[in-house]
Amino acid sequence: MPVVRWFRRVAPPLGLTLMLGGCVTDGPRSMMHPAGEVARQQMDLFMWTFWLSIAVLILVVGVLTFAIIRFRRQYTGDKDAIPNQVHGSVPLEITWTIIPVIIVILVAVPTVRAIFATEVRVTAEEGDTIVNVTGYQWWWRFEYPELGIVTANELHMPVGSRLILDLDSADVLHSFWVPKLAGKRDMIPNQENQLWLSADEPGVYYGHCAELCLGAHAYMRFRVIVDTQEDYDAWVAAFQNAGQQAETPAQPVQDAQLIDQGRALFAQKGCIGCHTVEGFASFPTGNPDYPNLTNFGLRRTVGAAVLENNRENLARWIRNPQAVKPGNYMPTLWRADDPAAEEESSAIAAYLLSLGSEGQEPRTQADARGGSDGDR
Amino acid sequence: MAIGRQPAATGDSGVLSRPTWTTGWASWLTTVDHKRLGLLYLVSSFIFLGFGSIEAFLIRLQLARPEQQLISPDVFNQMFTMHGVTMVFLAIMPMGIGFANYFVPLMIGARDLAFPRLNAFGYWVYALAGLFLYTSFFLGGAPDVGWFAYAPLTSLSNNPGNGVDFYMIALLVSGVGTLVTAMNLIVTVINLRAPGMTFMRVPLFVWMMLVTSFLIIFAFPPLTIALFQVIMDRTFGTLFYVPEAGALPILWQHLFWIFGHPEVYIIILPAFGVISEVIPTFSRKPLFGYPIMVLSGIFIGFMGFAVWSHHMFTTGLGPVANTAFALTSFVIGIPTGIKVFNWIATMWGGHVRFAVPMLYATAFLITFTLGGITGIMLAVPPFDAQVQDSYFVVAHFHFVMGGGALLSFLAALYYWFPKMTGRMIPEGLGRIAFWLVVPGFYLIFWPQHFAGMVGMPRRVQTYEANIGLDAYNMMSTAGTFVFGAGMLLVLFSAIWAIRNGKIAGDDPWDGRTLEWATTSPPPHYDFDVVPEVNDRDPVWLQKHPELLERRDAISEAADPEHMPPEHVEQESIHIPGQSWYPFIAALGTFVGSYALLYHNLFLGLFASLIIFISCYAWAFEGVGGHHEHVTPTVGGRS
Amino acid sequence: MSHTVVAPTHEEYRSTKLPDIKLMMWIFLASDCMFFGSLIGTYLVYKDKSLVGPYPIDILNIPLTTVSTFVLLMSSFLMVLALHSLRSNDIPKFRLWTFGVCFFGAIFLGFQVFEFSHFVHEGLTLSQNLFGTTFFVLTGTHGVHVTIGVLMLLSLLIASYVRPVAAKDAVYLEVTGLYWHFVDIVWIVIFTVIYLVEFV
Repeated sequence: MPVVRWFRRVAPPLGLTLMLGGCVTDGPRSMMHPAGEVARQQMDLFMWTFWLSIAVLILVVGVLTFAIIRFRRQYTGDKDAIPNQVHGSVPLEITWTIIPVIIVILVAVPTVRAIFATEVRVTAEEGDTIVNVTGYQWWWRFEYPELGIVTANELHMPVGSRLILDLDSADVLHSFWVPKLAGKRDMIPNQENQLWLSADEPGVYYGHCAELCLGAHAYMRFRVIVDTQEDYDAWVAAFQNAGQQAETPAQPVQDAQLIDQGRALFAQKGCIGCHTVEGFASFPTGNPDYPNLTNFGLRRTVGAAVLENNRENLARWIRNPQAVKPGNYMPTLWRADDPAAEEESSAIAAYLLSLGSEGQEPRTQADARGGSDGDR
Repeated sequence: MAIGRQPAATGDSGVLSRPTWTTGWASWLTTVDHKRLGLLYLVSSFIFLGFGSIEAFLIRLQLARPEQQLISPDVFNQMFTMHGVTMVFLAIMPMGIGFANYFVPLMIGARDLAFPRLNAFGYWVYALAGLFLYTSFFLGGAPDVGWFAYAPLTSLSNNPGNGVDFYMIALLVSGVGTLVTAMNLIVTVINLRAPGMTFMRVPLFVWMMLVTSFLIIFAFPPLTIALFQVIMDRTFGTLFYVPEAGALPILWQHLFWIFGHPEVYIIILPAFGVISEVIPTFSRKPLFGYPIMVLSGIFIGFMGFAVWSHHMFTTGLGPVANTAFALTSFVIGIPTGIKVFNWIATMWGGHVRFAVPMLYATAFLITFTLGGITGIMLAVPPFDAQVQDSYFVVAHFHFVMGGGALLSFLAALYYWFPKMTGRMIPEGLGRIAFWLVVPGFYLIFWPQHFAGMVGMPRRVQTYEANIGLDAYNMMSTAGTFVFGAGMLLVLFSAIWAIRNGKIAGDDPWDGRTLEWATTSPPPHYDFDVVPEVNDRDPVWLQKHPELLERRDAISEAADPEHMPPEHVEQESIHIPGQSWYPFIAALGTFVGSYALLYHNLFLGLFASLIIFISCYAWAFEGVGGHHEHVTPTVGGRS
Repeated sequence: MSHTVVAPTHEEYRSTKLPDIKLMMWIFLASDCMFFGSLIGTYLVYKDKSLVGPYPIDILNIPLTTVSTFVLLMSSFLMVLALHSLRSNDIPKFRLWTFGVCFFGAIFLGFQVFEFSHFVHEGLTLSQNLFGTTFFVLTGTHGVHVTIGVLMLLSLLIASYVRPVAAKDAVYLEVTGLYWHFVDIVWIVIFTVIYLVEFV
């Protein structure tokens, strides 16, 4: 039915514009412009209840407005007159019992259908991407159990694949929410929650923690990056080869000296005590409960999607984490008046940015396609 | 409190002599008069409303523009937590209880609540628990875990400061006050109705307070137990919410929301009651479909216990549970819809006078309908998965709590102020305030729906610029100034009117129910003669006896042939004696709260001793009081 | 205005003709159901969730608790006798049976103290595992209820020596009795849920 399809396409912007008088409805985290199957079903359901609501509102507000105008005491004349003392009416009562019943049924049927379409626990099939997500105060650990990849705050998936997320929390409650792709699911200790979603086309999708976790909750953001299959394969390969690449760059890199200084400082300043970097040979691997920085140069953001990942921002973050993301647990390594801070943090930033970027350009095609969302 | 009613007929057997002050501060501390306690409730709840508003204002200032750092995340968390706790437990709910305290006995023709001293105890426990909670700002920081304080955020390892202890203890103690007051109200409504006041003649406000009180007695225990468990965890090392020991944090959510959803109706049902009194009065018509209004209120209350998990749709309960709770939640929309239609039908064909209370009632109808609609949307689990814990939810519950309950309590304030003080709040100022309060309210909360849908989670201290949130937040913050100005105008015009308002007379609104049959303000014994009731709108019918014959067939409640039961001759009016012990016992709980907070055994024993002694003294003191003889003015009205 | 000392308000007109205090107790008990319901619910949710021992099956002593349960049930029987005696104005018997209820209640509490100290000795403390946590808090809360009941009955008993009592005061005993029977019934539920279920 092309008419229905047309209506479904035109209705949301139309309705929302009506309500808003032309205010913003889109943004990188806006559920009003879904980009995946699950989010679309959720939004369709909203639009359905929305149009029903408009009908109810027209009815209620219309009748009420009429009553307000028609039955004002000034309008009805004699101020002391006593109106007819009606106590009730059985037919009317039955009518407006039936009206809400019908509305409720109209809402309930598609609701139940959508619940079973989006919320049933699924088992992984061929072609699915499986990720174990663990929430920490205030970052995200993403583990690809089939690929042996562990990373943080940026989740990659190939377009067309179904992403199955096993959600867990290491401390307090968190909630995984990428509005354009799917509604949220809470992350609760001692409870196995699952969420699945898919994306229509490659792009960068913004996520946010949706359950209060104190401190830097407002900065507990992340990105879901939907790659083309080849970009995704390259990304996976970069991780699987991370061990070999890191120590021996395949081709000459700019700022080689600065990077070497940064690598030394990364150990010397104690970063490695917490942060794992795959292939950082001469030091013990860090603690799994802290963000894994393998291939950090491929990341788009710093500090759980708080800043864009470039050397300036990264150095600022390393130098004074509390100024960028108040409340987080990253230690400040330099005293405020330490003259070395500027240079050393910049060196560490240069080193981190070199990770994973040796073999390829870190920015991929997804940028161009997801560009409308911006990567701020 | 079985021993609280020992057969102690005579007065001074207690530790302290029986107080008899009628003026001065001591008369307020020792009062057992439901009207004075009602006023105390109202004044306290408006003070807490002020505190809560200041916190809200700071929240909005911080969020006015993206990436601001006016207040730190820690302080921000304290602000929204205290805002939520204050508004729910210390402002809006006690406001309903305050009006109930004052008007339930008047509306059913009683002289007081069934247990006047217990009523005083309930008030003082609530007020002192609120004070206790607010001292947290000076004693190491207020709670910062949100008003529903999800485990395991509240565990000692995740939250070592004592803010959480303040939250748990304050709610536990104030819950005790709420519980005894609710029990008291139930007994009062069941047992103290005037002769002839059958249940089908009880005013809707009283009915809704009865349902509310039943909700309280069934809903508060699960909360109390949940709070108790966390206190045990933090104080004695139990493991109720320690995930490392295998505990399930989801249990807190279940216990909390088994309380929390009925709590929503505990707040909104009194509001329904107020609206059901205001609309008939200003339409000069009886309430349309009274029996249906009563039944739908009871049904809403009953269903309130069957929908708690719709606050937990995103916690992974599974599709079957989500379906079940979605359907029960939808069902609540039906009686609510019926109520809205009945209110409009009451106006229909009437002679509606838009005095200030009626303005607020009309605003309530529209605002509450909008809040109800977003409520149905939120009951759709797939959509809820998107907007749960976003600003859409924030907007929704402010529409029902603020636009529903608060607007209707403002209607109640304007409606009953003349009865409580004998003077009118100036009409002109009231209208100006109305046109600030309601548009201001919409300016604050309407954009928040869209902020949520554009992806703003709730309880974030700041947000990114240029992702579509800037304009909505700015509008919202701008709205607080308009709304705040309106509320201040309400407040100041009310305070001004206490001494300078126009004299109201006994029945300024051409009222229908029994509270208008006595003087304004009522004497401390409420009625010269306990009225006899043979209709739902006794005062209205007394004023218009010719309507007796023109009654509609559906008004089953009117039975002219059946006279009220044998009239109990009041030779003299019994006035229950004032007492120190409710206040002292409440003071004991106050001291005990600090003992628990600081794990101080000696202070704890001291507090227990105070409570123990005052309970016994209370019991053996007896009801006491004296009889007064009153020469009735004709019909109780001049 | 004349001031005189008066009888309590419950002698005045009441819509249902029930004493306020009795209505109050019924409503309190309705509320108390929810208190125990929440605690029992918590116990059931955490049943078999303990990560370390001692587990209930290792430690619960059915015969011992059966005896204490029987004692508590008997106290309810004595409660009925006490109320009957007071209603028929037999004050000595009323005192005897009321004392009996208090005594049996105290025996029950003694059993509980013994059980608790035995369990602690066996290594089950409040913070040992989820069983310890839920068990002690649930049975402890019940024990507090029994203690309050005993205190109320003792107060009534002492009051009967301080000032004259008669059949018209039976309502106070009746109300305390309602409470006592309720606490008794709750124990039967707890006994089933904690003890008997382990051994089916």
